[in-house]
Amino acid sequence: MIELKNVTKTFTTGKKTVEALKDVSLKIKKGEIYGVIGFSGAGKSTLIRCTNLLERPTEGEVLINGVDLTKLKKGQLRKERNKIGMIFQHFNLLTTATVYENVARPLKLSNVPKHEINERVKKYLKIVGLEEKQNVYPAQLSGGQKQRVAIARALAQEPEVLLSDEATSALDPNTTSSILELLLRVNKELGITIFLITHELDVIQRICDRVGVMHQGELVEEGSVIDVFTKPQHPQTRDFVFDDANFKVPDSVKKGLSATGRIISLTFIGSSSSEPFLAAITKKYEVVPSILAGGIDQLKTNSVGKLLIHLQGETAEVEKAISYLEERQITVEEVAS
Amino acid sequence: MAEFWTEWGADITQALWETILMTAIPLAISIVIGLPLGILLVMTRKGGQAENRVFYSIANAIINVIRSIPFIILLFLLIPVTRIVAGTTIGVEGVILPLVVYTAPYIARLMESALLEVNKGVIEAYESMGIPTMKIIWSVIVREARSTIILGLTIATIGLIGATAMAGLVGAGGLGDLAYQYGHLRFEPVVMYVVIIVLIVLVQVMQTLGNIWARNLRKD
Repeated sequence: MIELKNVTKTFTTGKKTVEALKDVSLKIKKGEIYGVIGFSGAGKSTLIRCTNLLERPTEGEVLINGVDLTKLKKGQLRKERNKIGMIFQHFNLLTTATVYENVARPLKLSNVPKHEINERVKKYLKIVGLEEKQNVYPAQLSGGQKQRVAIARALAQEPEVLLSDEATSALDPNTTSSILELLLRVNKELGITIFLITHELDVIQRICDRVGVMHQGELVEEGSVIDVFTKPQHPQTRDFVFDDANFKVPDSVKKGLSATGRIISLTFIGSSSSEPFLAAITKKYEVVPSILAGGIDQLKTNSVGKLLIHLQGETAEVEKAISYLEERQITVEEVAS
Repeated sequence: MAEFWTEWGADITQALWETILMTAIPLAISIVIGLPLGILLVMTRKGGQAENRVFYSIANAIINVIRSIPFIILLFLLIPVTRIVAGTTIGVEGVILPLVVYTAPYIARLMESALLEVNKGVIEAYESMGIPTMKIIWSVIVREARSTIILGLTIATIGLIGATAMAGLVGAGGLGDLAYQYGHLRFEPVVMYVVIIVLIVLVQVMQTLGNIWARNLRKD
């Protein structure tokens, strides 16, 4: 559906050149939700803007349904763009137009027949739950409602793909949840492929099927959310996955604990999260586990539990306990002290 | 009061009418020139939709040059051109061209700054939907800037009213001329005061109308 091939983008300001994207390739399948996560400055915004050529790649190909957008003439590009909806962090609505007009105007400007405009506006405002607000101006709406209008505007074009550029980053957690729900529904019920970028791990966890991690202009890791989440490979990915406030143990505490035993993190998927492993190892081996932090994250398709524990005991016993855990499909990792 | 009005009423209304005419006609022509010119400046500037360094630099320089010349000098400087274009250099007809030359670049500047204020993100959103550039300019940029445009035009109108006072020098009449000819040269200070009051009222009315209009267009 979407394929980026060796996309490179360099920005030149004066004498300075910045390589925002370094040879990035990725494939997004029809009907999936693909998320790219990265800290600010990682190049993810440039990446998504290259997907509909708001930013023209310096090198590489951008294929949408096999058509290379970089090779198209202006008019053809406009037609292709019509099939790609986009939503933004700051909504980007017309301030001088009502909710209805905000959805209707792009349709008018794309020469959609009049009666159809009315039908589409009504339909999509209903989907986003704002049919009551159609005569209101954006200034009177909350952030979440504005994003809903923007989503309705994008959907009204009846695109095959929806690009989301940090669409929930300016919203509070509750509103973020409701917007994510909406995006999930859009994906499931309308079958629209979604490509999103975010710096919030939560967004990836909750709605994405696959994830890519960007770091300094490169796509450093890619895979299904559950794989990347439970077995992060690249240091940058680990940073994201373990960035949960719960798992930040103060260095002073860590130092004291590592003197008396080992600090390890346990990651378990799905049903195994409810079994009493710690009780089992305490009984079986000469070890004393104590819990430092823990939690269960709900991913789109599965739940993932994480536990940070301190394991006290003879080295041999601790080793045995660890292998016992590993045999039960728990990912065990030593936390660097 | 009544006596004053019988003596001067006709002159004042005549002068007021001339001032309105000398403001309205050049204003209309200046908008027709200034608005597209402002749009072109925005489009051709660096990073614009139709970036064109040569056009932008030339237009920019010409506007700056014209805007540096005081109207009274412009009025005389343009006499040969005015004669060709209007066929006369006196009366209301003789003053329209200089007033347009004076006002159009000013309006272009005001339009430019109004259009530049429009949120780039909105423009980008429309670009991402594949809307043609010309439609974006008209239906998004100009539309979003409407309120600021009206305020700019109000400022331009008031500047224009001020400039018409000098039109008396080429016999175009108007309120400024009346105040100068009678009030100053013929020692009729009351006429000057009354004219000043009429001008104050005129400017106040224009500004108030402009503000109300702009506020109604503003929805944020």
